[in-house]
Amino acid sequence: MEKEEIKLNPAITRELGLKLLYQMILIRRFEEKSAELYTKEKIRGFLHLYIGEEAVAVGTMHSLTDEDNILSTYREHGHALARGLDPGSIMAEMYGKQEGCSMGRGGSMHLFDASKRFFGGNAIVGGHLPMAVGMALASKKQGLNNITSCFFGEGAIAEGEFHESMNLAALWGVPVLFLCENNLYGMGTALRFSHSVQDLEKKGAAYGVESAKTNGMDVLEVKNAVEKAIAYIKSTGKPYFLVCNTYRFRAHSMFDAQLYREKTEVDEWKKRDPILTFSNQLLQNELISRDDIDTIENKVSAEIQKAVDFAEAGTFEPVEDLKKFVYSP
Amino acid sequence: MTDKTTLKITYREALKQGMHEALITNDKVFLMGEDVGRYGGAFAVSKGFLEEFGEDRIMDVPLSESGFVGAGIGAALAGMRPIVEVMTVNFSLLALDQIINNAATLLHMSGGQINVPVVIRMNSGIGNQLAAQHSHSWEPFYAHIPGLKIVSAGTHEDARGMLLTALESPDPVVIFEYTSLLNMESEIPSSSGAVDIDKAKIRREGKDLSIITYGPGVYKALAAAEILASSGIDVEIIDLRVLNPIDNETIINSVAKTHKVLIVEEAWRSVSISSEIISRIMENAFFSLDAPVERLCGIEVPIPYPKHLEDASIPQKQDIVDSALKMIQND
Repeated sequence: MEKEEIKLNPAITRELGLKLLYQMILIRRFEEKSAELYTKEKIRGFLHLYIGEEAVAVGTMHSLTDEDNILSTYREHGHALARGLDPGSIMAEMYGKQEGCSMGRGGSMHLFDASKRFFGGNAIVGGHLPMAVGMALASKKQGLNNITSCFFGEGAIAEGEFHESMNLAALWGVPVLFLCENNLYGMGTALRFSHSVQDLEKKGAAYGVESAKTNGMDVLEVKNAVEKAIAYIKSTGKPYFLVCNTYRFRAHSMFDAQLYREKTEVDEWKKRDPILTFSNQLLQNELISRDDIDTIENKVSAEIQKAVDFAEAGTFEPVEDLKKFVYSP
Repeated sequence: MTDKTTLKITYREALKQGMHEALITNDKVFLMGEDVGRYGGAFAVSKGFLEEFGEDRIMDVPLSESGFVGAGIGAALAGMRPIVEVMTVNFSLLALDQIINNAATLLHMSGGQINVPVVIRMNSGIGNQLAAQHSHSWEPFYAHIPGLKIVSAGTHEDARGMLLTALESPDPVVIFEYTSLLNMESEIPSSSGAVDIDKAKIRREGKDLSIITYGPGVYKALAAAEILASSGIDVEIIDLRVLNPIDNETIINSVAKTHKVLIVEEAWRSVSISSEIISRIMENAFFSLDAPVERLCGIEVPIPYPKHLEDASIPQKQDIVDSALKMIQND
């Protein structure tokens, strides 16, 4: 039998391949550990896992600079990790410890790191889109060259904020990347029950916003699409709408029995697992070896253990400080 | 000539002067809102600004309250000093998620990393026969929310000066301005500028009764005080000015002096600013009282269109006079 050939498009270096694979595996294992710690009641509240969607965060974040602003959703652990937030500070945040990236005040859905220009962790669907437009507006007013990248799910596209934000961004001509992670389900409601037009990228046309879609299960395709989007934004100063079609392998949150979809559908999508397919691409193109993957797994495992240890060793804020952070000191 | 010269201006002109000064002194400040530019402001407060400051600083926005209030918040996060004008408080409900879940909350959720220096101005109040959907008094509602500073410009001096101080705040400030006062003239010191936005203010000193109010209640209470004075009754008038956080001290000191309190408020009676003031008096000044605290508030009805019913929906000068007389005469 002839072996199926998988060509990398475009050709990438071994170094980049290893970096992207490392980040995706870090997110995957971090999420698996988070699920485990949730069942042990170390992490409480809502926990939304990113497993299956890793290629989107990793492929996007690679192309953003330190000066760019990032706003994300409540399913943002992957974005935070890919942005370079310390895994220990994220884990400590989910433990509610004051060593967390938001002092423990936010939890899983509200990861913030001003030093990384990572502006949440926003948990009202669509609520952060107008802010993203405003941040891009501020860049324009101050003559800065950075862009604002705003992640949201396809559920947000049914919100008025999406439509208001697309219109404002196009009207004002501001450098914002609207990046939709279409994982086909808004909680338990499928795309076809939520949107009259399901080719979401078509919605950009109504606002005169340049739009495209890409395969969100392939990290290189995402990377290419995002690079194209950024080049457009930087050369025109205008917004861009990119739909990354992807899939969430796990439940919506830890309380979800997944009554709304067939297991066979999930299994079918798992054949397109972004880590599996990218590993295979790298292996077949002989950019990496099995040993490299083992090395990554070991490194990730150590990194996550370190994060958990950091969170375990963290401390709770004294109750006397309860009223902090309501107003600036 | 002394340096105590005064200036006779309308409330509208006072608002305009404050905003003009802010735009001149800080190039990070810009105004965004519906019809603030080409129309000159729905209430002509920013008339001429577009010509003077240009489109970048005087931004007309579409009817997207959530969108442009959120954009103002975003711009504030990223180094600008936006003044977001929500044409009237009535439309601000469409932006409520932005105001509560973003402006008021980001500092906390980020563990103190991200403050939101946005100023949101809203025209508010009752009295122009605009009917139920355009006659809201949402001060109590906004004052309920931790993380926001809520101020109410009940006088010309505050109309001119509150904005300037709000623009120095690291945190979000919502300024309530009043449509019913726009054409009213008053004298303010020529030198008047930024005013504090921390304390309540005694607008008239008196010894017999404390009238605590804010917004349009201030001038009504001052007018009532003149009538009461002719009957030998000397009332003290406190303009709360800052509705969150509320200045307890000024209230408690006044109660300790007069021992009687009447609260005047246009907002609906239940779960209102007056409810809160009464609680605070109970908690902090109960033993200073000689009589139960009384209040005149908005009648709990959607505000009707006909003038006589609209007038009956909110406390009027004569109501204040009557209540005060009754409280003193029952002594």
